[in-house]
Amino acid sequence: MVKLAKEHNVNPKEMRAIYGETLTEIAAENEKVVAINCDLCSSMGLKPFAKAFPERAINVGIQEANGCSMAGGMSAAGMVPFFNTFSVFATRRVYDQIFMCASYPHLNVKIIGGDAGVSATSNGGTHMPFEDIGIMRVMPEITILEPSDSVMFKDLLRQLADIYGVQYLRFCRKNTVDIYEEGSHFTIGKANVVKEGADATIITCGILVWEAMKAAEALAKEGINVKVVDMFTIKPIDAECILESAKQTGAIVTAENHHLIGGLASAVSEVLAENGVSVPFEKIGVGEEFGEVGDVPYLMERFRLTDKYIAQAVRAAVAKKG
Amino acid sequence: MQIEELRKFSADIRIWTIRTIAEAGFGHIGGSASIADVLAVLYGDVMNVDPKNPKKEDRDWFVLSKGHCAPALYAALALKGFFPMDWLKTLNKGGTNLPSHADMQRVPGVDMSTGSLGQGISAAVGIAMANRIQKKDNWTYCIIGDGESNEGQVWEACQTANHFKLDRFVLFVDWNKKQLDGTLEYVCDPVSLENKFKAFGFETETVKGYDVKEIRDAILRAKEVSGKPHCIILDTYKGLGVPLAEAEEFNHYLTFDHVKGEESIEEIKNRLENGTYPGGDFKW
Repeated sequence: MVKLAKEHNVNPKEMRAIYGETLTEIAAENEKVVAINCDLCSSMGLKPFAKAFPERAINVGIQEANGCSMAGGMSAAGMVPFFNTFSVFATRRVYDQIFMCASYPHLNVKIIGGDAGVSATSNGGTHMPFEDIGIMRVMPEITILEPSDSVMFKDLLRQLADIYGVQYLRFCRKNTVDIYEEGSHFTIGKANVVKEGADATIITCGILVWEAMKAAEALAKEGINVKVVDMFTIKPIDAECILESAKQTGAIVTAENHHLIGGLASAVSEVLAENGVSVPFEKIGVGEEFGEVGDVPYLMERFRLTDKYIAQAVRAAVAKKG
Repeated sequence: MQIEELRKFSADIRIWTIRTIAEAGFGHIGGSASIADVLAVLYGDVMNVDPKNPKKEDRDWFVLSKGHCAPALYAALALKGFFPMDWLKTLNKGGTNLPSHADMQRVPGVDMSTGSLGQGISAAVGIAMANRIQKKDNWTYCIIGDGESNEGQVWEACQTANHFKLDRFVLFVDWNKKQLDGTLEYVCDPVSLENKFKAFGFETETVKGYDVKEIRDAILRAKEVSGKPHCIILDTYKGLGVPLAEAEEFNHYLTFDHVKGEESIEEIKNRLENGTYPGGDFKW
């Protein structure tokens, strides 16, 4: 069951701390769980894990390719590996390793990428993944997740440890706004409707869920009643929810901390096109450009990802409804 | 197996590799030929494996990192009874269980899928690590190609094997002197493989890679050394023991039919009888 948090505050605990605590708890219950780190054990919040289970915290050093292929080998030999590094390295740098040692041989590897999109902040364009979902989405059978807050993150991590297969989860390592009430449980592959509405639907994920909620609140004051969908599973996408939302509200807006090509906008529009659904469609995301340095507020504005731009897109979509 | 039986087993691996590739019409014969002897030692003597229970818990593991030489591995596995010999007729044909590169999902006895060079060794290091974490005392064996050692990931894997002192990991390097575009020195000079593996912390020795006794003895010596990963460099020659490949300067991938294949098989049998197997009067 999913419940919204009573108050939407910035959680004082960083998401990476949540990661370290949760994976340690999971490892205490499941002796097969191992963490493979690439000299980013601290940055990924996994020091508590390494302290609790030193023999299961494999720091291979700055060797993403080797670490990722090792994860496949460890899975073949019965372990449940979590492969950890920044999202750009967890996907772009080790694409062939994921293909060869995890996906193609149908192994059980969890790929955890820190610093989704603009949350790479001062590491800048080299470290800012706007393409990761796009390149991972074409990998057959992979599951792609992006949690929107710490409650969802914890719940998804627990599920990842229990399900067999290759999953890629991208997350913001720092503090995020509480969206859900503690104890909420999510079903992978089933979107969560954060708010019902009749005039348009914002389909979003990750840290843009909060932006979409703020946009919806502002639009309500203008008399536009917006549905907000947290599409935390980007693959397999919840087609039923998309089609129902299109039918119910007659307009779709996607919002993502990612390129407009290959990610949520692409996945949602594919569902609409495949099903012959023609509704006004607007998208918020990063265009044909690379990331750059800056803090999150700067980058959100720079790449036009904030509630203000989402609200504009909704107005444009609603206007097109005629 | 006794030494003479191992020699016969390696000849059978070569013979069935030839027949397998001839049926397909083309394939990676050169590098398959040069690993026939080490495969014979591993599957004929050293490894704890059960063809009737390929995934048994306490088995030794093997990763063919140079996955394109799967025809030799498939021949060894079929001869050991992991799957019917008939399957060998289907290599690379539509719907086959035996694709060109080693495939753990389709082939009983294949412990890891490989084909993108440089990765199988990492997977093998992961397997050795996982077995140690699970407190198993089994061994993990891996063959890389000498050309494969062009790949940077090979050396990443070696650093990890050394750092974690994976002493139940035995790496073989098929030092057959040639890669696809020419000799090692021509394409990417390895300088000294032995010195490199020693520098990376491996207990390293070089043996005649076509001599089953030398290979077996080297493995037995490696097993006596604890605290370090092991590297056995197989000094061999690409295509060795397969006359039709020996005759070609570059034999990475050859096209040949059963007629030509059977001529080579006859010669292999002659060499066995003459006591000159596998190389015959092959000139290095």
